[in-house]
Amino acid sequence: MSSMGSDTALHLQLGLTDDELGMIVRVLGREPTHLELAMYSVMWSEHCSYKSSRIHLRRLPSEGKNVLVGPGENAGVVDVGDGTAIALRIESHNHPSAVEPYQGAATGVGGILRDVFTMGARPIALMDPLFFGDLEDPRSRFLFDGVVRGIAGYGNSVGVPTVGGQLTFSSTYRGNPLVNVFCLGVLPVDRLVLGRASGVGNLAVLLGSLTGRDGIGGVSVLASAGFSGAEGGEDSKRPSVQVGDPFEEKRLIEASLDLLDQGLVVGIQDLGGAGLSCATSETAARAGLGMTVDASAVPQREMAMSPVEIMTSESQERMLAIVRPDSLDAVLATCAKYEVRATVVGEVTAPDASGTGRLVVRDGTGAVVADVPASSLSEDAPLYRRPLEAPHDLAERSAPGPSAVLAGDPSRRAEWAWDLSAQLTEMSYDPEFVSGQYDHQLFLNTVIGPGEADATVLRLAGPGVPWTGKGLALTTDANPGWCAVDPRLGAALTVGEAVLNVACTGARPVAAVDCLNFGNPEHPVVMWQLSEAIDGMAEACAEFEVPIVGGNVSLYNESDGADIDPTPVVGVVGLIDRLDERPPRHAGMRDGDALVLLGRRSALLGGSRWCRDVLGEPGGALAEIDYEAHLDACEIARSLAGVAGRGLGVSALHDVADGGLGLCLAELAAASGIGVSVTDGAIASPAELFSEAPSRVVVAVAASGVDRLLGMAAGSGVPAAPIGHASGDRIVVPGLVDLPVGRFSHARRARLADAAAHTHD
Amino acid sequence: MTRIAVVVFPGSNCEHDVVEALGRVNIDATLVWHTETSLAGADGVVVPGGFAHGDYLRPGAIARFSPVMTAVEEAARDGRPVIGICNGFQVLTEAGLLPGALQRNAGLRFLCRTVPCRVVSTRSVLTRTCEPGAMLELPINHNEGNYTCDDSTLDRLREQDQIVLTYDDNPNGSVADIAGICNEAGNVVGLMPHPERASSSLLGSLDGVGLLASLAS
Repeated sequence: MSSMGSDTALHLQLGLTDDELGMIVRVLGREPTHLELAMYSVMWSEHCSYKSSRIHLRRLPSEGKNVLVGPGENAGVVDVGDGTAIALRIESHNHPSAVEPYQGAATGVGGILRDVFTMGARPIALMDPLFFGDLEDPRSRFLFDGVVRGIAGYGNSVGVPTVGGQLTFSSTYRGNPLVNVFCLGVLPVDRLVLGRASGVGNLAVLLGSLTGRDGIGGVSVLASAGFSGAEGGEDSKRPSVQVGDPFEEKRLIEASLDLLDQGLVVGIQDLGGAGLSCATSETAARAGLGMTVDASAVPQREMAMSPVEIMTSESQERMLAIVRPDSLDAVLATCAKYEVRATVVGEVTAPDASGTGRLVVRDGTGAVVADVPASSLSEDAPLYRRPLEAPHDLAERSAPGPSAVLAGDPSRRAEWAWDLSAQLTEMSYDPEFVSGQYDHQLFLNTVIGPGEADATVLRLAGPGVPWTGKGLALTTDANPGWCAVDPRLGAALTVGEAVLNVACTGARPVAAVDCLNFGNPEHPVVMWQLSEAIDGMAEACAEFEVPIVGGNVSLYNESDGADIDPTPVVGVVGLIDRLDERPPRHAGMRDGDALVLLGRRSALLGGSRWCRDVLGEPGGALAEIDYEAHLDACEIARSLAGVAGRGLGVSALHDVADGGLGLCLAELAAASGIGVSVTDGAIASPAELFSEAPSRVVVAVAASGVDRLLGMAAGSGVPAAPIGHASGDRIVVPGLVDLPVGRFSHARRARLADAAAHTHD
Repeated sequence: MTRIAVVVFPGSNCEHDVVEALGRVNIDATLVWHTETSLAGADGVVVPGGFAHGDYLRPGAIARFSPVMTAVEEAARDGRPVIGICNGFQVLTEAGLLPGALQRNAGLRFLCRTVPCRVVSTRSVLTRTCEPGAMLELPINHNEGNYTCDDSTLDRLREQDQIVLTYDDNPNGSVADIAGICNEAGNVVGLMPHPERASSSLLGSLDGVGLLASLAS
């Protein structure tokens, strides 16, 4: 804001356009007060209102027979049987993390936890999809280290395990890293609660931290604008980043769940972006009622805060509970037990004569400083149909470069001069350096930990929700390489990968959430990418019958005018009906096992990491996804990860994704410590080694089970062929790769630790 | 049936896990909030892991002043088992029930992984049913697990067979590879590894079961 002179109109300083000011005047029938203008500016920000994306998001499928709560609430909720439900949500904290990585990431964790326990769910798992610039860039290394420390510092202390995630390093994120966070909670179905301020005369009770001047305008100034050096860059935005207190949040979780168990609150809502303005207006609007708020009653951290500051502060670790007056004493007593501050700050009011619930804010003297229709802040937000335009270089992007053509042509074998063993090693890093800094075992649920298989597997249980034998498989996936070539197909393939990942642990998918990270929506190409990605995701989710129960859109991910590559992230949760034994882990591969490839051979390099990161040239068009073939592959993978697989002697499954067959086999070797020997000709070219064509899984199986496995695949119509076996201590693909497992493992283990140790040079 | 009190401070987080794991070895465990002044006749106490009082100031530094600690000290004096796991170990050193202190890990990073540990002393109430020298695969999960004490304390720990568990491949810089110690009487034990996290084959290790089962009187 410092770049704008004091003569700039207030609404412009707050990030509202002239047209938006006109809309506010029409809603109110008069000029807005300062506070009203501030409230509209945060509530109508891109971050809160989804004004650029809402029109497209409607195309995502959100219906399903077990969906109890879909998009629009704090978290999606799905019935998983036995009287138990899961709540899930994904969020981004991209811009705060670019400015202050530790606190940006930490408060992202805090925010999503509140979204989940607001629904009455006990948060039992966090996952973090993270995207940074390439590791050669010192600032990217600094951000990587700071974000990981922030997630660890907050998540470990707040007592919710971080059980997985995803790590991507690519130059597209140099100026604008992405920090997404996914959270899953469990609840008894009858504890489900919605953020509604029902019951005229009920009290609005603010729980948790003091309200300070931190994070004012976080959603409008920070999250809904890009970064550019001209405005003073990241430093000038630092005051908009909040500071987290995981201990306060831990007490808030315990107090809130205790209040819900005792039936003492009729509605509860977290305070996130836009603070009290958002929580009071949304709870009132959902109930069709109004609310009166006394800003001076809000406990303040700093002296002489104005109603504007109080109502728009984004101070962390706060909740708004709606309480019947006769429950107030019991609420205060429960909060006192957990040392959680609780203060009555408002009251639910009846609609006015015209049937409109009004949000009225008074200052310390009793004077009205804001009086607006509660629903206008959330429901009347502008809706933009921004122009779309396909990029001019679309055709070039899907035309393979000269090296990609060469890599797929075995007749030009003599020209293959790449050191593929070295390149394979450079493409890999062991996420254990990251997951080992997170408590990933709390609640005794973690049956398959982060990175041990294609998805994390948890018991379906938590404090207050006893285990009944079921399991959950969790994955978050994204592939900006695919989406840069073709956002529609790339997003569909991303959903396909996530669904196959949970299948490889024996689970069938039950719900998904999406986090759509894109550039500046005022750029027509970005809006085209967003629209295409939504269509691809919608199509895939419909084909796989996986409802999208919630999501988040993060726009303005740009730096100095350059937009990031489109990065739709999908989180998928799968259900395992009986978790009697541990599903196969990558480390389970045994010496002498046969390796069978399910799915077709492919030499298509479109969108592949090898072309993008190593060759630095396009790999051509993406491989199409055949939904029927993909569902068949998922079905057989699910069987092989369960009882049927145990009967055949299946020891490991790993899908072929990022890095192709080459990385898939090398990762199996690194996890198990056993070499891989590919049959001569089974992988005949660098293109076959690195193709990321979908619907493919490598299965390690006892030699005695190979014939039955092939028979089973034939019966399911899934192509399957033995491609080699596990043995020795080298990764050998004849004519292409010959690499000691130990050297590969050591290099991939050291890469991230080395990067994090060198954040200033 | 043995009854164990599991103390809960604001910020504790492993209490439910300890109750579940003790239940698997037929020990009846009850949560006791930190403002209680009595352990209601429990046969022993576990101070579980987590971040008592947010670990503010220093891990355990505020928890030692919680009202329940008077009852915990009484149980220790009476010779009842008092086990501090992870943050609980930190609380017991701050309370003076065990010597030494736990400082930040040598690598200055939080560590969550499974590590091999060796049973050094079988004199403690926690290891009395173990074979001396037995190797256990136990998860660690801490930021301040680097045990330290002065030379004379270390000599005394050695002479009096108070070193209960050591790391085989020291992950955090602890002096003498110490992962767990006991008091002179052997009834108060502190350890950084989490035996409750190694109590189910579904989770990959049963090596903590023997430790927990030894609390059954």
